[in-house]
Amino acid sequence: MTMTRSKGSVTDRVQGEPIALDGAKAVAQAMRQMNPDVVAAYPITPQTEIVQTFSEYVANGEVDTEFVAVESEHAAMSACIGAAAAGGRVQTATTSAGMAFMWEVLYVASSLRLPIIMAVANRALSAPLNIHCDHSDAMGARDAGWLQVYAEDVQEAYDNAFQALRIAEHPDVMLPVMHCQDGFIISHGVERLELLPDGAVKEFIGTYTPRYSLLDTEHPATFGPVDLQDHYFEHKRQQVDGMEKALAVVEEIGQEYGDLTGRYYGHLSPYRLEDAEIAIVVMGSTAGTTKIAVDKMRERGIKAGLLKLRTFRPFPADAVAEALAGVSAVAVLDRAIAFGSQGNPIFLDVCTSLYASGARPDVVNYVYGLGGRDTTASQITTVYADLLNIAETGQRGPLVRYLGLRE
Amino acid sequence: MAINLRQMCNERDQLAPGHRLCPGCAEPVVVRQILHAIEDPVVVANATGCLEVSTSIFPYTSWRVPWIHSAFENASTTAAGAESMYRSLVRQGKMADNGTKFLAFGGDGATYDIGFQFLSGVWERGHKVLYVCLNNEAYMNTGIQRSSATPLGAWTTTSPVGRVRPGKRENRKNMTAIAVAHEIPYVAQASPHLWRDLMNKVQRALAADGPSFINVLAPCPRGWRSEPGESISISKLAADTCVWPLYEVIDGVWKLNYKPRNKRPVTDWMKSQGRFSHLLKPENEELVTQIQERVDKEWEALVTKCEAN
Repeated sequence: MTMTRSKGSVTDRVQGEPIALDGAKAVAQAMRQMNPDVVAAYPITPQTEIVQTFSEYVANGEVDTEFVAVESEHAAMSACIGAAAAGGRVQTATTSAGMAFMWEVLYVASSLRLPIIMAVANRALSAPLNIHCDHSDAMGARDAGWLQVYAEDVQEAYDNAFQALRIAEHPDVMLPVMHCQDGFIISHGVERLELLPDGAVKEFIGTYTPRYSLLDTEHPATFGPVDLQDHYFEHKRQQVDGMEKALAVVEEIGQEYGDLTGRYYGHLSPYRLEDAEIAIVVMGSTAGTTKIAVDKMRERGIKAGLLKLRTFRPFPADAVAEALAGVSAVAVLDRAIAFGSQGNPIFLDVCTSLYASGARPDVVNYVYGLGGRDTTASQITTVYADLLNIAETGQRGPLVRYLGLRE
Repeated sequence: MAINLRQMCNERDQLAPGHRLCPGCAEPVVVRQILHAIEDPVVVANATGCLEVSTSIFPYTSWRVPWIHSAFENASTTAAGAESMYRSLVRQGKMADNGTKFLAFGGDGATYDIGFQFLSGVWERGHKVLYVCLNNEAYMNTGIQRSSATPLGAWTTTSPVGRVRPGKRENRKNMTAIAVAHEIPYVAQASPHLWRDLMNKVQRALAADGPSFINVLAPCPRGWRSEPGESISISKLAADTCVWPLYEVIDGVWKLNYKPRNKRPVTDWMKSQGRFSHLLKPENEELVTQIQERVDKEWEALVTKCEAN
């Protein structure tokens, strides 16, 4: 794939505009600034605000986007696939049941190597019906070949949107990216953030010209052929290659974005982890809550730290293992259940990373916040207390625990 | 563009020979006729099915036009996505308006059943896509299972003829009428034996300002248990028995394209295909009468609608 960019890396830092917005509106703003050629989307709580805010931009002529208000999420992703194969920039947004309904075509999007961008306001899956936050939706699509990046707050949700596009379109990657924010907690939580000037966004995202397009009728290409025993396996391996190369690209783009805004991004954000003896690994808004708990523990002289995970796919295994190498006990917090598994999605990846690296801290897994259950800083201090106990006694206790659950 | 047989013979087929469709399958015949009828650049979206699996086996492709397969149910929406991108890029001045046409092919399972909602959405939103149903009246790619396009009494592997059931127990869905009910500008039924009629329909469909739908009967020797050499004559028999009438609805105005001089009994249609052989036995006489009555009733209603104009 080739990509043309109007200019090289941006060296001058831009002055952001401070504003108060919720995560959904911030991401809609980012979409307006990126001005995709096609957006196909369907409303679902708590993502609806993204789609309806973007619809206003369309109605007011603030974007050039062809907005396709489809009849289902499956149709949203299907239209995105057709549109992306036709050679332009394509975005959508969803959550929960909507993502579950798209599941089949999520695989088609990634396997056709279409750099579609999807904003996700993470929400629980039915049954029973629950509209509030957990990560079950995206974890259900864990192996669908999409990159997944997560935000801690509104600013990160906004910043991730632009980086997602650059990562997806990178010629070494050419894979779709979902940038996730916790439903309601971030999507409907109003916070201060800095918006980029429109011109800076335009320059950061450049222009995009794919190597193949359905609309290049002079050079007809076949997209999505039947691929049998003799080639399918090699094509899957190529997807793995794109995912592996994305590890470096995420950091490269995060660095470039930092040079532009002063806000640098990578796979991980450690907090007071350098000298930590016990640590929590967590993803999403609860990382903010955990920082409060870390500070409380530190006030008591306990060497607690946090490893915030931003990239879930590709999983930055080496970086995670390195960051946790000096810790004696780790708790991995998962906002989703992998039923029937020995632990839950993030935990499994963390354990695999540590095992492969040779590091052997005690690792336990906490399921928290399902269906939007509030997770407080004081609950998290109990996790640190548990870790402290494990570190001191060497008794690990139960592998999988539940935080904030009545039982 | 006038349709000229000699010219057609000299033109290169846009669906190349060497595909893996069965001998006698009407689908490649229909697809070649349709692509010959289109002069403008064309983009094709294809639902999962016989046509798709037999024409795109990597690293080969039979398609000399841009072509995409995404999934079973979403060919209409995939085409609509590409059409949306085309409109966006042309409107923004990012590409020239070269008159590109958007075409989707789906079998009856993809159209009547699993892709029904998608198609309805595409029609409601007014995407300028011609959707062609290659209708062989069952899920042939998976090995002859009943769909909602399968006619009453037909044998399939999921409506088998058993000791207590004489094939499919339900009437088929009238998908063409459902398309008309969406009030899209162009809807038609066609058959491969009247190739000029089919090609004219394609041209009228693509000239329409909005979505269009052509439901084409596509005899399947394997699933219909018919002679591979008889697919075209069988499709004529469908028109002559009024089992598959040829008509079009242009901006809501109904027009009959073919009226048989002598309307033949449905048993003539049934005799041509093994999938109906059980119906010709004395114990199923009543069912055949019922089928004939339904064909007559539908035909009369169609003629009335067409003559009202």
